[in-house]
Amino acid sequence: MKGIKSRKISELISEFPFLTSFFNDSGLDIRDKEELTLTEYFDGFDEDEIENKAINPENLIFQIGEFIKQMIAFLGKEDDVVKTVTILPGRDKSGVEEMFEELVIRQGEIICIVGPTGSGKSRLLGDIEWVAQGDTPTSRSILINDNIPDKKWRFSSADKLVAQLSQNMNFVMDLSVYEFVELHAESRMVENRKQIIESIIDKANSLAGEEFSPETPITSLSGGQSRALMIADTAILSKSPIILIDEIENAGIDRKKALGLLLAEDKIVLMATHDPVLALMGDRRIVIRNGGIYRVIKTTEEERTIMSTLEEMDKTLLAYRTKLRQGEIITRIENNIP
Amino acid sequence: MNLVTISGPPSSGKTSVILKTIESLKKQGLKVAVAKFDCLYTDDDVLYEKAGIPVKKGLSGALCPDHYFVSNVEEITNWALKNEFDILISESAGLCNRCSPYIKGIKAVCVIDNLSGINTPRKIGPMLKTADIVVITKGDIVSQAEREVFASRVNTVNPSAIIMHINGLTGQGSFELSTLLYEEVLNIDSLKGMELRFPMPAALCSYCLGETRIGESYQMGNVRKMKVEE
Repeated sequence: MKGIKSRKISELISEFPFLTSFFNDSGLDIRDKEELTLTEYFDGFDEDEIENKAINPENLIFQIGEFIKQMIAFLGKEDDVVKTVTILPGRDKSGVEEMFEELVIRQGEIICIVGPTGSGKSRLLGDIEWVAQGDTPTSRSILINDNIPDKKWRFSSADKLVAQLSQNMNFVMDLSVYEFVELHAESRMVENRKQIIESIIDKANSLAGEEFSPETPITSLSGGQSRALMIADTAILSKSPIILIDEIENAGIDRKKALGLLLAEDKIVLMATHDPVLALMGDRRIVIRNGGIYRVIKTTEEERTIMSTLEEMDKTLLAYRTKLRQGEIITRIENNIP
Repeated sequence: MNLVTISGPPSSGKTSVILKTIESLKKQGLKVAVAKFDCLYTDDDVLYEKAGIPVKKGLSGALCPDHYFVSNVEEITNWALKNEFDILISESAGLCNRCSPYIKGIKAVCVIDNLSGINTPRKIGPMLKTADIVVITKGDIVSQAEREVFASRVNTVNPSAIIMHINGLTGQGSFELSTLLYEEVLNIDSLKGMELRFPMPAALCSYCLGETRIGESYQMGNVRKMKVEE
């Protein structure tokens, strides 16, 4: 950014209001200094202050320029729509070529990834996240909307292709549900924040079995409630077009509704799972073996029917779980537990 | 040879990230060595040795670890040059959040973790703000929202850095980092005359020289007092 050095801080801030967060986060106090130019401002620090606060004026002016450039690019553009992600074949761990021509994944689709632990699921997801161009150990290539993707998908922190939801994830912040979602909304610089935050909390509540209020501390949410909030928040606030899910435990959350919510937000859902019901909820499933994509199977009508039966069985298991938790003694297997 | 300086707060996952990344570098046929700098104790050198990676360990003991680093980095580099390694990775912990062992013209990587709290990017000085690559670890145990907020805060204080997420346990992301570490054209044959990106914290007071008694009359040299109001 040329010429910013000699511009007044007040002018810069009125033109680029987001600079306030740069000054704050960098520990630079600009109170009563707004009428100075950047050069004058940094010249105003004596040697002691420069040393104590670890200020490097030259670097900071450069970083301010970078920040302005990035933010203009970020705010000025429409969100990129990712309609399709195409995987072009590479090789498995033994160097054998993968047996498919191309795999096109479309917006609004659920693709499951199945295969033994250690078979190469993470590498496949890694290839997608890094938008591999034949330069990863599998030699796969990834296309976005049928084209060789922009480099930004690799390097820009604001444009990440993949958002992740996994079983081990926890909330670690000490905030209420409302404050937490608000913080995320702020970092994403969305407009009509209040409305979006409320809709996220509503949606999360519709997924979770037990309701929670905006004032609930996030660390005291139950497992199901946490997952529901993470899913609703990711669906609505995360910019990433692809959501990667690593299992959704079948407790305290309506899994079908959760997937529905992600699809309603035009996401592409990739789900690594060992759970037969989840695996059959996908439109297709990728079978990984020895580091390579071994088969791509479309879920058949027959499998859909079978899935309903499996779901019933799942419900039965859950009902026993509830009984045990409530201190009951189980005496026999009933076919239809209420 | 390439030199890469990697630094980050204690327990942020530097060693795990380096170990996983070296696996990928080795597969590309590169010879990698590590210089591990720490303060009082480390057994990370054993981890490197186990993985078959040549390693030199330096403990700064009673000295400021970063001063110790700068005083030794030239010799360590010469050791790596003599042994004809392709990459030397120096690993050091930024203990006071103030320092940075980065050198102008030498690739600088900062490793921080998602669990350290979202205000951490504000608190870390040049170690984070002047790094070329910022690696964020432990993303697998916090929510997507927290990951995004943390990364955006890192981006605010260091907009020019490449930000990467790496899982030190599974190594996810480490292959990607490995592709950014080695550049054939960045061949160095000596560090002599190169400059630090940022001055180290200064201190030369009676306590640096072994004084243990408390009280103004024992204090000499570079001493600074808090303003404590009545």
